[in-house]
Amino acid sequence: MTDGLTLDRLTPQPPIAPAATPADAAPTRFRDPQIEMAHGAGGKASRKLVEGLFAPLLYGAAPGPLGDAAHVDINGTTVAITTDSFVVKPLTFPGGSIGELAINGTVNDLAVSGAKAEALVVTFVLEAGLPTQVLEAEVRAMAKAARNAGVRIAAGDTKVVEHGKADQMYISTTGIGRLLPGVTIDPLSVRVGDRILLSGPIGDHGITILLARGELDLEADLRSDTRSVLPLVEALIRAAGPGIRWMRDPTRGGAATSLNELARDCGLGMVLFEDQIPVRDTVRGACELLGLDPLHIANEGQFLAVVSPEYADAAINALSLAPGGNEAQVIGEVREQPAGTVLVTTLYGGSRIVDMLVGDPLPRIC
Amino acid sequence: MRFVDEFREPELISKTADEIRRLAGTERHYRMMEVCGGHTHAIYRFGLKDILPENIELIHGPGCPVCVLPMGRIDDGLAIAHEPDVIFAAFGDMMRVPGTQGSPLEHKARGMDVRIVYSPADALKLARLNPEKHVMFFAIGFETTAPSTALTIMRARSEGIHNFSVFCNHVTIIPAIRAILDSPDMRLDAFIGPGHVSTVIGCRPYEWIAHNERKPIVVSGFEPLDMLQSIVMLLRQLNAGEAKVENQYKRVVPWEGNRAALKAMAEVFELRPYFEWRGLGFISQSALRINDKYAEFDTEQRFEVPGIRVTDPKAAQCGEVLKGVLKPHQCKLFGRECTPEHPIGALMVSSEGSCAAYYNYEHRKAAMVTLSLAG
Repeated sequence: MTDGLTLDRLTPQPPIAPAATPADAAPTRFRDPQIEMAHGAGGKASRKLVEGLFAPLLYGAAPGPLGDAAHVDINGTTVAITTDSFVVKPLTFPGGSIGELAINGTVNDLAVSGAKAEALVVTFVLEAGLPTQVLEAEVRAMAKAARNAGVRIAAGDTKVVEHGKADQMYISTTGIGRLLPGVTIDPLSVRVGDRILLSGPIGDHGITILLARGELDLEADLRSDTRSVLPLVEALIRAAGPGIRWMRDPTRGGAATSLNELARDCGLGMVLFEDQIPVRDTVRGACELLGLDPLHIANEGQFLAVVSPEYADAAINALSLAPGGNEAQVIGEVREQPAGTVLVTTLYGGSRIVDMLVGDPLPRIC
Repeated sequence: MRFVDEFREPELISKTADEIRRLAGTERHYRMMEVCGGHTHAIYRFGLKDILPENIELIHGPGCPVCVLPMGRIDDGLAIAHEPDVIFAAFGDMMRVPGTQGSPLEHKARGMDVRIVYSPADALKLARLNPEKHVMFFAIGFETTAPSTALTIMRARSEGIHNFSVFCNHVTIIPAIRAILDSPDMRLDAFIGPGHVSTVIGCRPYEWIAHNERKPIVVSGFEPLDMLQSIVMLLRQLNAGEAKVENQYKRVVPWEGNRAALKAMAEVFELRPYFEWRGLGFISQSALRINDKYAEFDTEQRFEVPGIRVTDPKAAQCGEVLKGVLKPHQCKLFGRECTPEHPIGALMVSSEGSCAAYYNYEHRKAAMVTLSLAG
């Protein structure tokens, strides 16, 4: 997920510079006195920052629904563009590392926007004192991930800050992609009766990172799910392209946050069937212990899609046959009510609202 | 997943729900208080209200340790953490609880050394790793977490660690239940007894509730089937005109409690003469302090504690909600000034707080029902 600085994804293209209101006089709605960690956590606070401060000043108009990538018209050709920064700690963890995330994250943001990443621009912010060996390992991981995803690294930049002013290394990647034919992603096209699909088990990445930090005396056989989802997205488009309404990779904030954004954007209710949501036992166990909801946990190699009901079977079949898609599931459907809300229902008839994440998920102990 | 899925088995759940409907009939209204915040959370998380008949009313009790902590205690803790070279360590539960100048997380963003720990032992580890700093563990919780705090203090003593202290906010459950029962505006039929607390104190301390107050109490687990089964047990008692202490959570709770845990608590703590509870006011002998033998690990004895007292905003009705007199959404601030992002009362902070649980899982459902009734 980008942090929503991908504003002009809907056609017609708005003007590049705000025409009516000069930027310095544009009204802002962001009233928090200072930036907190929560503003970067991908949940409600992040959205408020983007919608209340960044969008009015940098975009000049109330943005439409925020997507994972923007569509920009250049001489009659539309391309998708997106950017993402990576500040993970620890740098390496079971199943991946920051370098791999930096490539896959941007490739995936483009993929779920219906685009194939063609070129990436990479920025490194390095802390003085970082061992070259650590840097080299991450650059190698990036090269490998880029090869796997079929994307070229076209340009880059490096900054070094004083020791203690950054945590080892940060990577930012900006990607430009070619639109894949046969699919239009638009939250406003979502209709009652549409099916909500999930490409595979949720929570692997977030729980892996939580455990890899070593602050919890918990161990589990679990790996980050970081991967390029492009092959799965392509398989889905081939099988169900005309039926696809919306896609999103639920990174920070988890599936609940992505679906809440969709519910809000289209004004409909997202009703999930709890027993259909794929979650590994280790992730469920960790969440039970820590009082977390798997729907709020970050993913790096899964995506959500909303497809029209007549394409749902074809979509699941195609995903199941594609490598790494055998755990794809229909996890819910779009209903008129509860409007603008995500509701999880259980087999025994109970239900609960699942809101966006507020700030970072904090374990519950007492 | 073992030990979880068995207690979420749909067929058994619907059978138990049928049994509840049969026992509850339609004649009588049943008011049951779930004492523990974990139960409040479970009720909303599993949507149990959807499957209970309307004449069973669940009232949320005072058993959320974060929610009953007066704001002044948070301010006190943060004031000490402002001193140079102090690390403020606390459970994740505490991190978003507002003090007058903001929550521990907000203080962290401004540069305070605030660490989230998962157990008191982790706070002691911080002290070992940072010998030049003083680590203050902001301890909260009922008898559930108090033993691990006690054992950690004992370990600090035996390892000779001197840069570690505990700001003790441990409270005890029985006086709170007594305060609820003494409250004149409280009409309760029965209690769903706290599961985790009872693993430590056992079931015996509840006997006066059954014998003197004539209210049934069933110590319950936290899975949907646990809670429904406990409600069945309470209905059977109420319908038979009985008042007993029963233990539904036998797989975890021994009748006599955990002797080793109680011994550790007795070694390190003593009862405070009184302690302020948010919403309930001062309750005598309702909280623990570190005894003189372990004074060197008591933040309140090692540091100058300002002893800040903060009155809750007038409009906030945390007390009424905490006692179950008001439902969360009946508070004037609920969902408007007071939300999980900008909590005014602590009940909105902890996911075990009835306001946050109601807000997160329920209130828009309630709005829907109102809409559909109106439409």
